[in-house]
Amino acid sequence: MRVLDRLVPFLLVIAALMLFRAPFLVEAAPIESVMGVVQKIFYYHVPSAAMTFLAAFVCGIASAMFLFRRSALADQIALSAAELVVVFGMIVLVTGPLWARKAWGVWWVWDVRLTTMLILWMIFVAYLMLRRFGGPGSDVLAAAVGVFGTALVPFVYVSVRFWRTQHPNNTVVSTLPPDMAWPFRWAMASFLVFFIALLITRIRLEQNRASLEAAHLALED
Amino acid sequence: MNVLRAAWWIARKDLIVEARSRELAYTTLFFAVSCVLVFAFAYIQDGRSLDFGPAEPVANSVMPISVTDAAAGILWVAVAFSGTLALGRAFERERQSETLRALLLAPTERAAIYIGKLASMLVLMFGVELVLVPIIGLFFDAPVGRAPLLLAGLLVAGTVGFAAVGTLFAAMLIRAQSRDVLLPVLLYPITVPVIIAGVRGTAAIFGAEPNLEAATAWMSMLVFFDAVFVTLALWTFAPVMSE
Repeated sequence: MRVLDRLVPFLLVIAALMLFRAPFLVEAAPIESVMGVVQKIFYYHVPSAAMTFLAAFVCGIASAMFLFRRSALADQIALSAAELVVVFGMIVLVTGPLWARKAWGVWWVWDVRLTTMLILWMIFVAYLMLRRFGGPGSDVLAAAVGVFGTALVPFVYVSVRFWRTQHPNNTVVSTLPPDMAWPFRWAMASFLVFFIALLITRIRLEQNRASLEAAHLALED
Repeated sequence: MNVLRAAWWIARKDLIVEARSRELAYTTLFFAVSCVLVFAFAYIQDGRSLDFGPAEPVANSVMPISVTDAAAGILWVAVAFSGTLALGRAFERERQSETLRALLLAPTERAAIYIGKLASMLVLMFGVELVLVPIIGLFFDAPVGRAPLLLAGLLVAGTVGFAAVGTLFAAMLIRAQSRDVLLPVLLYPITVPVIIAGVRGTAAIFGAEPNLEAATAWMSMLVFFDAVFVTLALWTFAPVMSE
């Protein structure tokens, strides 16, 4: 973990520089012919969504590890990742309707990706509430919620897909023209570095909290 | 075999306790009927069911509600709400009489406790549904007898999925603080696929042009959900319930 500690400031500086450069690249990218300038929100919306799913996946794996191995590190990773699901999910849920109002004329539609994201976000808000208000032992219970929440994503996706769909397809990303693809990849990479830096920082915070608590208990004994 | 036998004894114990007091059966059933009434006031006007807008979904608009959609929705909301109530109470009983520890100390696998609790919960919820479905048919003029086997299949598959997740969560929340609020907070987002599949499948049966193929497709999705989440619950029950 020592190596990771030293890595955090570097990662944060790199993320800050990359996120600082991103708006200039996005500004320089061509304006989409149909949707106009609102399309540019996509450079932040899509990477945030990708980070949300990545964080949920990390939380699910770490929760399963914690349930069966009871390692404190896995629990700290799961909690940190769950908070990041809520943070990045919030960005997605705010930027999405801003774009939808312009592109579809409404703030919200009950489309497959919107609904899946909302449900995923709600599950992880519930996860955090359980940890906050559940009292002692809630870390184990939250781990079960993490496992179930992550396993649920494909089900929500398929069921809402049968129900109705409207969101632009994922294939949009692979068919981007090069002068749009470059800023997009840049934004994606900056969000990824930022995500990793935040995750490690948050895990460290949780570890310090745990050692402080242990020191407290040792002092009382 | 041993596990199933132990599960049977646990379910039997629960059902005997329930048969003597009938506390859960009466309260849950009455609550489910109250739910239907509340929704009836929301969706019924001038003595008949409301019909909001055109039957075809219009792009970029909230889905219009037809009578059959409302009836299917009310049925499943009543099932989900009363199920949550029953789940909370069923485990509260174990906590109040402090029998949970004894149950967990029983010389059997933890999975048996889960299966037993799930089975007794299912018996209770199926009983409630047996009363609820005719009431929906009566109050909303829903064609509940159109495809009785398919409707029963949807209800069974949906209830199993709902109760499989609900039993695990209610059991693990029993030692948590503010468990009364946390159970629905955790349970509803996770059972969203069950509600969607149940409501859409039932609406496909109740519709003016019944689409039984769609209802069968929804039912197979529910069965798949059941298989995955019962397995997951069996797998996580032991580590979650150990102190």
